[in-house]
Amino acid sequence: MSTREDRLAYLEAESKKRIIILDGAMGTMIQRYNLTEEDYRGERFADWPQDVKGNNDLLSLTKPEVIKEIHKEYLEAGADILGTNTFSSTTIAQADYAMEDLAYEMNVESARIAREVADEMTAITPDRPRLVAGAMGPTNRTCSISPDVNDPGYRNVSFDELRIAYKSAAKGLLEGGSDILIVETIFDTLNAKAALFAIEELFDEQGWSVPIMISGTLTDASGRTLSGQTAEAFWNSVRHVKPFSVGLNCALGADLMRPHIAALSNVAEVRVSTYPNAGLPNEMGGYDETPEEMSESLKEWAESGLINIVGGCCGTTPAHIKDIADSVAHVKPREIPKLDVKMRLSGLESFNVTS
Amino acid sequence: MTTQQATFINIGERTNVAGSAKFKRLIAEEQYDEALSVALQQVENGANIIDINMDDAMLDSEKAMVRFLNLIAAEPDIARVPVMIDSSKWSVIEAGLQCVQGKAVVNSISLKEGKEQFVEQAKKIKRYGAAVVVMAFDEDGQADTKERKVEICKRSYDVLVNEVGFPPEDIIFDPNIFAVATGIEEHNNYAVDFIEATRIIREQCPHCHISGGLSNVSFSFRGNNPVREAMHSVFLYHAVQAGMDMGIVNPAQLEVYDEIPSELRERVEDVILNKRPDATDRLLEIADEYKNKGGSKAATIDLSWREKPIAERLSFALVKGIDQFIEEDTEEARQQFDQPIEVIEGPLMDGMNVVGDLFGAGKMFLPQVVKSARVMKKAVAYLMPFIEEGKEAGSESAGKVLMATVKGDVHDIGKNIVGVVLQCNNFEVIDLGVMVPTQDILEAANQNNVDIIGLSGLITPSLEEMVNVAKEMKRLDMNIPLLVGGATTSKVHTAVKIDPNYEHPTIHVLDASRAVGVCSNLLSSNKRAAYEAEIAADYEKVRQARAKKQNKGNKITLEEARKAKQPIDWEGFDPVKPSFLGTKTFDDYPLEELVDRIDWTPFFRTWELAGNYPKILDDEVVGETATSLFKDAQDMLKEIIADKWLSAKAVIGFWRANSTDDDSIRLFKDEDGREDLAAFHMVRQQIPKADGRYDNCLADYIAPSGEDYMGGFAVTTGHGIETKLAEFEAAHDDYRSIMLKALADRLAEAFAEHMHERVRKEFWGYAKDENLDNLSLIKEQYQGIRPAPGYPACPEHSEKVTLFKILDAQKQAGIELTDSFAMTPTAAVSGFYFAHPEAKYFGVGRVEKDQAEDYARRKGISLNEAEKLLSPVLGYDPQ
Repeated sequence: MSTREDRLAYLEAESKKRIIILDGAMGTMIQRYNLTEEDYRGERFADWPQDVKGNNDLLSLTKPEVIKEIHKEYLEAGADILGTNTFSSTTIAQADYAMEDLAYEMNVESARIAREVADEMTAITPDRPRLVAGAMGPTNRTCSISPDVNDPGYRNVSFDELRIAYKSAAKGLLEGGSDILIVETIFDTLNAKAALFAIEELFDEQGWSVPIMISGTLTDASGRTLSGQTAEAFWNSVRHVKPFSVGLNCALGADLMRPHIAALSNVAEVRVSTYPNAGLPNEMGGYDETPEEMSESLKEWAESGLINIVGGCCGTTPAHIKDIADSVAHVKPREIPKLDVKMRLSGLESFNVTS
Repeated sequence: MTTQQATFINIGERTNVAGSAKFKRLIAEEQYDEALSVALQQVENGANIIDINMDDAMLDSEKAMVRFLNLIAAEPDIARVPVMIDSSKWSVIEAGLQCVQGKAVVNSISLKEGKEQFVEQAKKIKRYGAAVVVMAFDEDGQADTKERKVEICKRSYDVLVNEVGFPPEDIIFDPNIFAVATGIEEHNNYAVDFIEATRIIREQCPHCHISGGLSNVSFSFRGNNPVREAMHSVFLYHAVQAGMDMGIVNPAQLEVYDEIPSELRERVEDVILNKRPDATDRLLEIADEYKNKGGSKAATIDLSWREKPIAERLSFALVKGIDQFIEEDTEEARQQFDQPIEVIEGPLMDGMNVVGDLFGAGKMFLPQVVKSARVMKKAVAYLMPFIEEGKEAGSESAGKVLMATVKGDVHDIGKNIVGVVLQCNNFEVIDLGVMVPTQDILEAANQNNVDIIGLSGLITPSLEEMVNVAKEMKRLDMNIPLLVGGATTSKVHTAVKIDPNYEHPTIHVLDASRAVGVCSNLLSSNKRAAYEAEIAADYEKVRQARAKKQNKGNKITLEEARKAKQPIDWEGFDPVKPSFLGTKTFDDYPLEELVDRIDWTPFFRTWELAGNYPKILDDEVVGETATSLFKDAQDMLKEIIADKWLSAKAVIGFWRANSTDDDSIRLFKDEDGREDLAAFHMVRQQIPKADGRYDNCLADYIAPSGEDYMGGFAVTTGHGIETKLAEFEAAHDDYRSIMLKALADRLAEAFAEHMHERVRKEFWGYAKDENLDNLSLIKEQYQGIRPAPGYPACPEHSEKVTLFKILDAQKQAGIELTDSFAMTPTAAVSGFYFAHPEAKYFGVGRVEKDQAEDYARRKGISLNEAEKLLSPVLGYDPQ
């Protein structure tokens, strides 16, 4: 059995040779199982006082076989890294289901499940170990946007509340066997900064660390995060943790995301990742971009030297990942640029001062 | 490595409670909206980073920091720049760091409390992802010498880079700028120490930055801004070369190095660079000469006239308008005469007679006359207590003139100028002010036994009011002459509409320079009869010419005029939807943004100097006066902005709109044009037009159906003016009073222009790519118009009521309408926005009875009422 160090050393070396493949959507795949309220509850939560259908993270506890199956399909499709089923596994996000006390357990279990599937696959192809990225989602609250239009100074969550919630999540994810932590779908950079603060605090306390991946979300074609930052301003805000990679995911399909990935690619002196949606949602809430269409776009990005890591977000399936993996298999990964030393500050926009 | 920076990073300093009393008050009173506008202004003025400091014993600094940063996060125009979280308290810094999504700068930490705390704080800052300002401060205190500055910064750098792992490019050293020229010898080298240390620190600490609070260096010259600005500029010039690349600076308070007068620059340089032991003394020697001079050196003042006899000195002071010595000279004169009144009747009146003669001969101009009057007023004010003490009879004046701006009108610049000119010519002037009802005017005239009544008005409804006064004078059997003047008055109107209502002389006075002649003639026992006959004959001729013109067949029916409207292809028209519908308010708009937009030509016209700016400054005849006036205006403009004498407010709005086939415009509450909000009623030209020319009406520029929009605005720069005017009045300073009003008016017009540009490019956004220089802007070479109710294209003032209602202008911009639809504050502009490419300005000209009837019907008023409202443009005699 490989160790975390082995796997990470492999990833480090491999990422110089080829483009690394992430998995695709979890939610889209879960929908295919047409699970009922009872399925979500399982025996353990049969008497839970409120509805829990839609709490996908809970399935790691009540329907682990479904999650395992999905993970397995993605690995078979060619993914190198599995994202854990923990998008909402923070005490803050789980409060919607009154399940905040279960958040830690969800992180441990989800990571453990992904680890198990990854290790099974690694055993089959030992020259190609598979990794687990512990996923940390944005939560359902924003630290720099007021939920009250009449009081723009109001906040319904504080940096410290987020920090504590994220720290517990990160601890659970590592305990369950994650190789990497990924702070993803960031629409408020301050939330992400709280997550990153928590992760570094945890690393400090436990005396060891793992690579961090960061992935922001630009909410519309204007190229800004929900909290108003440009891609470069966002990068300036988070680059202090020296992450393994930075990138964009969700919200946009490949077409609309390209210019922003290109912008990020110019300014990020780390690997660039991307996992777009399968296009924009149609009127039924589904996603229309076919594996062929999506892989064609992403292949072009790869050939243009924009990306190091690629996968899929909402609407993507193992078929998408397979096509994407195939299409970039022989394309050289983006070369990481060397940039001038500058003090790189930001508000909503970046402000760089030559040193 | 020393790198010469092409750019220097300005850190905004106004959002600092320690440095700005205003900001502190706003925070203490929780006026966060205003406080935000201070932040916005800084960003708009070019601050690259804004420094936010809430350190004050009276504040909950942590709470204020959090609240303010959270509010900034909701203001994209402010939040686009990084913030500098400035506090001496770590808890405040940390609370601030938890509120910013961007990469901020912490200001500051240091080795003051020892290395352990320094390391701990630096680690936290790194984890929060911020850059840091490190003060040159250690356990032994603040670094003052070059050696200490370098030593502390180097030690801090090594700890940060090697032990904490802090990115060196995120370290900003503040090696302490201290005051120089304090009179204490040890302080003389402080600036040199900073500059030298900067050079070495940049060499020894790769990638670091150097910053500092610039205003400290000039602390000993508090109250002398020109010298301070010069010191800042000289200091920066040298410090930047040494490697200083950031600073807490107010860019508005920075003289351009090359523009500092060479003598001042040399002496400041001696002080900053500590070049000679007597540098401070030498700067002090000349410092006072620059005080209040806005950075440019005063011309050497020739004081030889002070040696002349007292009468000549008084005369000289009056003619030159110098009030500096007037009180001591008046006192000296008083002691030489038996009675204080003799000083007025003797040397002062002699002097004023010279002024009056020069003015009459066109050798002196209005601004100079007003300055002379200021000197006279001060002298008289000085003498008054002595005169009252002696209970003497008043001096013999040339005559008593009562002046007033009529009811419903608030404009008084012209009236005040006439008053000053008359006073200069020995007339006694009783000024009743503005918005004076007829009854009060006539009562005061009787009580004071005046010789002449002078009425003033700027807006067209005032004409009607003047007619009223004339009728009342007749009813009360008065017999004194009635003078009228003001922008909309005219000889024709006076002859046709006012004069027939009063049997005694009713005379239009074209401008202030004519006022003395008219009054003198009317009060002269031997000239009066001939003069009156001359005027009567002249006015009769005017009336006849007018009647002839009216009866000429050059008019057409309203129906014909409507047929001759400009055809616009609405099918092929694609209206641009404004960025918002409804209204938007602007509070405390930065005046400095309006300065460039000022059209100066009308300013000179106010002062009765003819010619276009900037040519007028070189005019052979009035150039010198214009230049001097222009300089005074520039100086006052600086004060207006720096000390916030005036504040600007505005409200604009856009609505869905369609025109009706009877020349009105319907505005809608909703986007789809279902529910009516209000209607504007326009008037149409009724002039026979040759082929290819049209009878225009503003309603023609709005689509009759389908999607289209119209806008409206009300802007003012007059808030706060009263305080200053009262101050000037107390100082008997008509010159500054008139100057301020004239400037406020220009700023209001500039504001309207500036806002129109923003509307075109941004808020309505139909001309996003427009790029015009100021001259093209003044020449209106852009798409769309902003006509104002009461002016030629829509001559009926009462439409302002509707406009103000839908804009909620009274509440949003603090502008009120008088009974005659004049705006207060007077420095205000309101009007409509039309965006159609064919929209242009025109004058309606004369309105015939059929249109007056139609207008009455549309507005739901009587014909009589409509005729009153339209009276300035009526092409026929009502009744």
